[in-house]
Amino acid sequence: MISLSFVDTLLLMFSAIIIENFIFSKFYGCCPFLGVSEKTDTALGMGMAVTFVITLSSAVTWIVYYGILVPLKLEYLKTIAFILVIAALVQFIEMFLRKFVPALYSALGIYLPLITTNCAVLGSALVNIQNNYNFITSVCYGFAAALGFTLAIVVFAGVRQRMEYSEPPRAFKGFLLTLIAAGLVAMAFSGFSGVSL
Amino acid sequence: MSEKNNKTGFVAQLKGGIIDNNPTLVQLLGMCPTLAVTTSVENAIGMGLAATAVLICSNIFVSLLRKFIPSQVRIAAFVVIISGFVTAVELLMKAFFFDLYGALGLFIPLIVVNCIILARAEAFASKNKVIPSAIDGLAMGLGFTVALIIISTIREIIGAGTFLGFPILGSAYKPAILFILPPGAFLTLGFVIAAVQKFRNTKEDKERLARLSKIDDEKEGEA
Repeated sequence: MISLSFVDTLLLMFSAIIIENFIFSKFYGCCPFLGVSEKTDTALGMGMAVTFVITLSSAVTWIVYYGILVPLKLEYLKTIAFILVIAALVQFIEMFLRKFVPALYSALGIYLPLITTNCAVLGSALVNIQNNYNFITSVCYGFAAALGFTLAIVVFAGVRQRMEYSEPPRAFKGFLLTLIAAGLVAMAFSGFSGVSL
Repeated sequence: MSEKNNKTGFVAQLKGGIIDNNPTLVQLLGMCPTLAVTTSVENAIGMGLAATAVLICSNIFVSLLRKFIPSQVRIAAFVVIISGFVTAVELLMKAFFFDLYGALGLFIPLIVVNCIILARAEAFASKNKVIPSAIDGLAMGLGFTVALIIISTIREIIGAGTFLGFPILGSAYKPAILFILPPGAFLTLGFVIAAVQKFRNTKEDKERLARLSKIDDEKEGEA
């Protein structure tokens, strides 16, 4: 198992946010990215909900993998185990927030059920296992990757909001324009891809 | 049901999955793998066939168990069924197609959260008999595969000058690398979807477009 120093962990987090952005370089979580990015405030809500869930699920899936699956030699069941853990976790967070933090629930509630099928959550859990990160690094990586997701979706929502006021040719209206805008934002982000830390 | 009816039903279902209701290009489901694995035709075919296999098996099982799964926990049950088959496909690919497995990386286990598969389980297999569900899985899976092949062909030819790994544009061609980088994925998918929308302007679509532009005009009028 890899244990990174403090500085290396910070570099890993920086790279997960900017250089290996979940959306623009790995394509994890594109469905909510294209679907819930019409306004910056809903995008921010989705981003925060995803950050919350990914950070928690990184911790829980790590514990499940090294605490249950590895001792029982059931590593090959990790996909099934992780998706069940994530679904249960999302359900649990929803119930917990509704009961104890109603303000946060009303802000994030509608996005939570969508997160179970967000591949960024399962993706970050699997990346943690694949790269042999230790517990702290896994949680930091999950948190940073989710921040990268939030950054991408909020920036993109800003672009889409500006597009609302412009007058595109009729043939371009709808999903085509959204994808072209995403392509342009991705081009901006690919400027970071040469950076190596 | 006579044999002829069965046959036309089969053809209609296949046509529906591949052309009229193509899961990727018309229903716009499963965007993550579509964007990620279409850098080469080989990857696209591998991904499409893996998803098709999962889709057929999960549709059959969901349909078989549709009377036993309580509706409150059906989504969780579908996800367990799907992830079981995904694990099987993952292990088979690791054993027999290791290069492809390496190239597709995490997107093989991520078939679990591919919206197409869950959507077909929920919308079709949980309400229909086994054989139509299997055909539906085949049709939708082939639709997904065809969409991936179209997009990856464009990206691979423009971005690398090759098709299935063979150089076809000659050595004088300087590949536009942008097309195999992430921005090219978004741009190619956008234009392919636009082209599909242009070609399949059915009557309903025209009505919907007319309705939409009417709403747009009303909005502009208000503004």
